[in-house]
Amino acid sequence: MSALVEIREVSKAFGGVQAVTRVSLDVTKGEIVSVIGPNGAGKTTVLNMVSGFYHPDTGRIALEGRDVTDLAPSRIAELGVARTFQNIALFRGMTVLDNLMLGRHVHMKSGVLSSFLYWGLAQKEEVRHRRRVEDIIDFLKIQDLRTRPTGSLAYGLQKRVELGRALALDPKVLLLDEPMGGMNQEEKEDMARFILDVNEEWGTTIILIEHDMGVVMDISDRVAVLDMGQKIAEGTPDEVRANPAVIKAYLGEPKASAKEARRG
Amino acid sequence: MIYREAGQYWLQAVLIPFLIYSMAAIGLNLLTGYAGQLSLGTGGFMAVGGYAAFKLTTAFPWLNIVVVFALAGVIAALVGLVFGVPSLRIKGFYLAVATLAAQFFLIWLFNKVAWFTNYASSGTITAPPRTVAGVMVTGPLATAGARYVAALGLVMLGALVAKNLVRGRIGRSWMAIRDRDIAAEIIGVRPLRTKLLAFGISSFYCGVAGAEYVFLYLGSAETLAFDIGLSFLVLFMVIIGGLGSILGSFLGAAFIVLVPIFLTNVPHMLHLPLPVALQKQIELMVFGGLIIFFLIVEPHGLARLWQIAKEKLRLWPFPH
Ligand SMILES: Nc1ncnc2c1ncn2[C@@H]1O[C@H](COP(=O)(O)OP(=O)(O)OP(=O)(O)O)[C@@H](O)[C@H]1O
Ligand SMILES: [Mg+2]
Repeated sequence: MSALVEIREVSKAFGGVQAVTRVSLDVTKGEIVSVIGPNGAGKTTVLNMVSGFYHPDTGRIALEGRDVTDLAPSRIAELGVARTFQNIALFRGMTVLDNLMLGRHVHMKSGVLSSFLYWGLAQKEEVRHRRRVEDIIDFLKIQDLRTRPTGSLAYGLQKRVELGRALALDPKVLLLDEPMGGMNQEEKEDMARFILDVNEEWGTTIILIEHDMGVVMDISDRVAVLDMGQKIAEGTPDEVRANPAVIKAYLGEPKASAKEARRG
Repeated sequence: MIYREAGQYWLQAVLIPFLIYSMAAIGLNLLTGYAGQLSLGTGGFMAVGGYAAFKLTTAFPWLNIVVVFALAGVIAALVGLVFGVPSLRIKGFYLAVATLAAQFFLIWLFNKVAWFTNYASSGTITAPPRTVAGVMVTGPLATAGARYVAALGLVMLGALVAKNLVRGRIGRSWMAIRDRDIAAEIIGVRPLRTKLLAFGISSFYCGVAGAEYVFLYLGSAETLAFDIGLSFLVLFMVIIGGLGSILGSFLGAAFIVLVPIFLTNVPHMLHLPLPVALQKQIELMVFGGLIIFFLIVEPHGLARLWQIAKEKLRLWPFPH
């Protein structure tokens, strides 16, 4: 079976900085694949290329066999790719409910005329999508937060709401950039549970960047390791853990663990 | 008789301009308050509506004037779309300057090309008499009452549609672009399409308001009526009334219409007649001070203060 997401030899430079060099990664439908590596390894840059914020200098990216390398982020979202950001990008002034309803955007049709002429129709659509959003609210156990502006929520809850907004797109592929960054142990466990449940219940394919090795090894089907813009290893958690190149990258680059200590 | 005249005065000097400004303020609020795109071209887009309505109704006198207004709105919307294109690349201050250019260009165009005024030597456009359901609503013979009812009907319809728009998919996508364009794109909101839609719909409202301005309020107008001062006036309404609030558009318009009247009448009643020049200056100071106040202290404007007052009143006289 061909991969759902195919990343083929992508490279990206920013000015003089070669952020990503010829990285390839195939992700099969239903998998949870983690991308790990020290700070500045190029993990976020790879995700940004998949979601269309950056276009690779060379290399191709395909989704369900369709080339999406040069598509804009909004088009890639329409094809069923949702994501969260390393430093949270919620609409802070809007309520949790509005953020999640916005997550339904690609599925909503009502235009200017229908809001005007077929007022009832637009309202019916609103109700239908609201129902889906309520499912997600129940799933993430954020019932009490519906009408709270997201900017007023605790950090861990903001990460959860951002996951909810991504889920509202009913994504085929979910890209999560450090979904547990800055969380305490309990919040991390909750988040890990949500990720596994999303994957199991809805069969959503997940690409995950995470620094917490315990979580990564626990929930991933496969792990890819980046270091200085290059993929240095890929395999099951056990294989990666035993890989000498990986051990060397992590021992030779203590910044990752220092960052964890700072956040923890 | 005096009573009747007082009524006429209120309709002509207060209520009719209030309703028409409200329509324009709703238009600008959709663009600036909801979609976050600052525009100083409101006067220009209103001029498009005014001149388009004039050209349409003189070319097709049999066309119902309400249809003429709607078509004038559509033409203003198309012009707004064109001037909205730069919004994909430029933001904030620079976009404001681009819309300012639109303002000056449009006014220059209507001044320069005599075709727009049907080659009137005076350079003015005059509302011809037109009826709706047998009642004269425009032209010299239309009563203030009839013009008021027409303006009221239009703005009620406009506000209802605007309210529906902003609480559904389209309004949310505007706010998404306004609050965080990167996050908006990642959930599939297309930036250009969304911004252009805001420019188009906003200009539609401004265009209808411009047509009303000439046909229901002024009776006849030159380009001077639509100059940059009008753009700022509507912007002040939106800021004072509340960015991102339909109700605020009405409150802001009411405020700006009422302040000068207040400043004329109150000193008079207190037997402290103010010289007209001083009165104008006080007016400017009041607007200036309030705009600074609202921008810094309460960006949600009068609409927000109204909401707070309502909550307080519900509890009154208890503290919680
Ligand atoms: N927009 C940009 N402009 C310039 N340089 C960039 C940009 N984005 C990333 N980089 C650089 O590319 C390299 C890879 O960055 P990236 O954010 O992908 O790393 P990362 O693996 O996600 O790191 P972290 O774990 O800290 O999030 C870094 O050297 C970074 O400074
Ligand atoms: Mg990163």
